[in-house]
Amino acid sequence: MNVLREMAYLVVGVPLLIAVVLGLGVRVWGRAAAWIALLGPLLAVAVGASSLEGGASGSVRWLAAGDSVLTLGYHVDGLSAIMLLVVGVVAACVIVFSIGYMHGDRGYVRYFAILSLFTAAMSGLVIAGDLVGLFIGWELVGACSFLLIGFWYEKPAAAEAARKAFMVTRVGDAAMLVGLAVLWRATGTLELSAILGSVGSLAPAVVTTAAVCLLLGAVGKSAQFPLHIWLPDAMEGPTPVSALIHAATMVAAGVFLVARTWPLFEASPEARMVALVLGTITALGAATIALQQTDIKKVLAYSTISQLGFMFAALGVGAWPVAIFHLVTHAAFKALLFLTSGSVIHGSGTQDLREMGGLRSKMPLTAVAWIIGGLALAGIPPLAGFFSKDEVVGSVLAAAPWAGVALLAASLLTGAYVARATRLAFFGPVRGTGEAHESPWTMTVPMAVLAVAAIGLGFAGPSIAAVLGAESEPLSLGLAALAVGLAGAGALGGWLLAAGGGAYENGFPPALTRVWGAARDGYGFDALVNGAIVRPMAALARFTDSVVDRQGIDRVAEGFAGLARGVGEMFARTMTGDGQTYSALLAAGAIILLCITMWLVR
Amino acid sequence: MTSLALACVLMSVGLYGLLTRRDIIAVLASIEVMLGGAQLLLAAYSASVTLASAAQGVTLIVLATIAAEAAVGLALLVALVHRGRTRTDQIEEVRG
Repeated sequence: MNVLREMAYLVVGVPLLIAVVLGLGVRVWGRAAAWIALLGPLLAVAVGASSLEGGASGSVRWLAAGDSVLTLGYHVDGLSAIMLLVVGVVAACVIVFSIGYMHGDRGYVRYFAILSLFTAAMSGLVIAGDLVGLFIGWELVGACSFLLIGFWYEKPAAAEAARKAFMVTRVGDAAMLVGLAVLWRATGTLELSAILGSVGSLAPAVVTTAAVCLLLGAVGKSAQFPLHIWLPDAMEGPTPVSALIHAATMVAAGVFLVARTWPLFEASPEARMVALVLGTITALGAATIALQQTDIKKVLAYSTISQLGFMFAALGVGAWPVAIFHLVTHAAFKALLFLTSGSVIHGSGTQDLREMGGLRSKMPLTAVAWIIGGLALAGIPPLAGFFSKDEVVGSVLAAAPWAGVALLAASLLTGAYVARATRLAFFGPVRGTGEAHESPWTMTVPMAVLAVAAIGLGFAGPSIAAVLGAESEPLSLGLAALAVGLAGAGALGGWLLAAGGGAYENGFPPALTRVWGAARDGYGFDALVNGAIVRPMAALARFTDSVVDRQGIDRVAEGFAGLARGVGEMFARTMTGDGQTYSALLAAGAIILLCITMWLVR
Repeated sequence: MTSLALACVLMSVGLYGLLTRRDIIAVLASIEVMLGGAQLLLAAYSASVTLASAAQGVTLIVLATIAAEAAVGLALLVALVHRGRTRTDQIEEVRG
C-alpha cells in the first residue's frame, strides 16, 4: 500500500491519459468509454485509502527564472486522502450512473472524456504540494465545469450558463491569483509546507491580505454570497455532473483550499471573520431561496449553496476539521439527492416539481433513496447530516452565538425545503403527463452505494477527525435535540406548504408569495448584478467598440493607409508611360547626383 | 587629361542624343555612345593611376557585357518594331 501512495501522482496522470485517449477517439470508443473512465476514480479511491494512515510527498523543479524556482509536487496527507476518497467514490458512482442517464446521447464519449479530465484535475487539486499545482487543478476543474455545464451547447440557456459560471468564478480566481502573488512576494516560494511554516514570520497585514484573497477564490468556487449566482444556472448541465462537480467535489474545493492553507487563516482573525459572515449569510439566504424553487435541481442547487455556507461558517470559527467532516457527509447525501433527481428527471421526463407528484409508487427505489438523502440533509438522526451539521452548529454557536442562531434558522428552513420538495415530487396525486418508470440498474446501484454512505458516514466523524489530527467534539444532547426539533418543525411546515401541490402558479401559496416572493428570484440578486455590473460593462464594451475602436484606432490606421495611398497616387501620376520623359528624368537625376558628389568631394 | 575630356564629350553627346532624338535606333545608338564614354573614362583612369590595372580587366569584361546588352536592346527594338513602334514617344504602356 505504501507503493500506491508514493505514486500518488498517478491519480492525476491516469485519468488525464484516459481523457486524452477518449477525447481523441470520440467516434471509436462507444459504450466502452464509461468503463474506461471508471479507472481514474477507482485509482483515486485506492490511493486515498492507502494514504489515510500516512502521507507521502515529492516534487520536481518545474521552471526557474533567475533565482526564482517554481516547483511542482504532490503532498498526500490525511486531508488529501479524505478528499481523494470523496472524489473517487462520488466520481465512480456518477460515472456508473451516467451510463444509464447519458445512454444514447450524441456526446456520450465526449462526456466521459471530460469527466475523466475532471477526475484528473480534481485529484491534482487535492494532492498538490504547492500552490502552483493547486491553482492549475483549480482552473482545470473550472474549465471542466464550463465544458460540462455547456455540454448541451446547442441549448442557448446551457451555453449562457456555462459562460456565466466561468466568468463569475473567474472573479474569485483573479483574487486567488493575487493572493498567490502576495505569498510569492513575501516568502519567495509557493510550496505549501514552506509557506505555512513561515506564517509566523510574516507581517500580519501580508497574512491577512493573502488569506482574504485565497478566501475570495474559495468564495467564487464554492458559490458563496456574493459570488453564488452561477451555481443555480449551472444546473443546465447533465444532472450527474451537478452531483459530481456542483454538489460534491468542485464546489467543496473552496472549503478544501481554506483547510489546506489553514495556518494563514489561523493567523488572521479578519479573514476568519469574513468567512464566518459570508458563510452565515449564504447558509440562511440560500435556504430561504431553496424553499420557493419549482425546479427540483434548483432546490438542490440552493441547498448546496446553503450547506457550503454552513462549512464556511465552521471555517470562520476555526473548526476546519468539522467543516471537512460536513464536506464529506454533504458530498455523500447531496450527490445522492442529485443522482436521485436525475433518476426522477430520467423517469418522469420533467424537472418541474409541479408536474411530478405521486412518483413514489412508480419509482420506489428512487423514492427511498431520495428520502434517505433528504433526511440526511435535514439532519435527522442517525443519518450522516445530523452528526456533521450538529458539530458545525455547535462549534459556531460556541464561538459566535449570532451566527449559530442564524445557522439554526437555516436548519429549520433546510427541513422545510426538503419536505416540500419530497411531497411535491413523490407524494400526492400524479400530476405528470408522461409515464414515469423506474431507472435501470446502472442508475439505482450508485444511488444505493451513496445511500449507504449517507446513512453510515455520520459515525465516521471521530475517525475523520483523527485522520485530520483533531479532536472530535462530543455531541451535546441538548443542542442535538434542539436541532432535530427545529428540523422536524421545518419539515412539518414544508410538508404543509406543499399541500397545494401544483395548483399554485409557483408551487407556493399566494399569501406567502406576496410576503416573501422576492426569494423566488434569489432576492433579485441576478438582476442587481446585471444592472450594476453586466450592463455597464456591456455599455463600456459597446463604447470601446464604436467610439474608441472604430472612431479612434480604426480612423488612425485608415488615415495612415490613406496617406500612403495618396502619396503613391501622387507619384503614380509621374509614371506617364512616355519613354522620353523617363529618360529625361533619369538624366536629370544623374546630373543632380553628379552635382551632389562634386559638392561633397569639393 | 585628353581622354578625360573626350569621355565627357562622349557622355554629353550621348545624353543629348538620348533626350532629343525620337527615333528609337538613334536613342539606342546614343546609349551606346554614353557607355563608350564611361568605358573610356575607366580605361583612362587605370592608365593614370598606378596599381589600378584591374580596371583594364573590368573594362574588357564590361565591353563583353555591352555587346550582350546591345543584343538584348536590339531584340527589344525588333519586338517594338513588330508592333509598329519605331519612335520613343509611341511607347506609352510603361506607366503606373
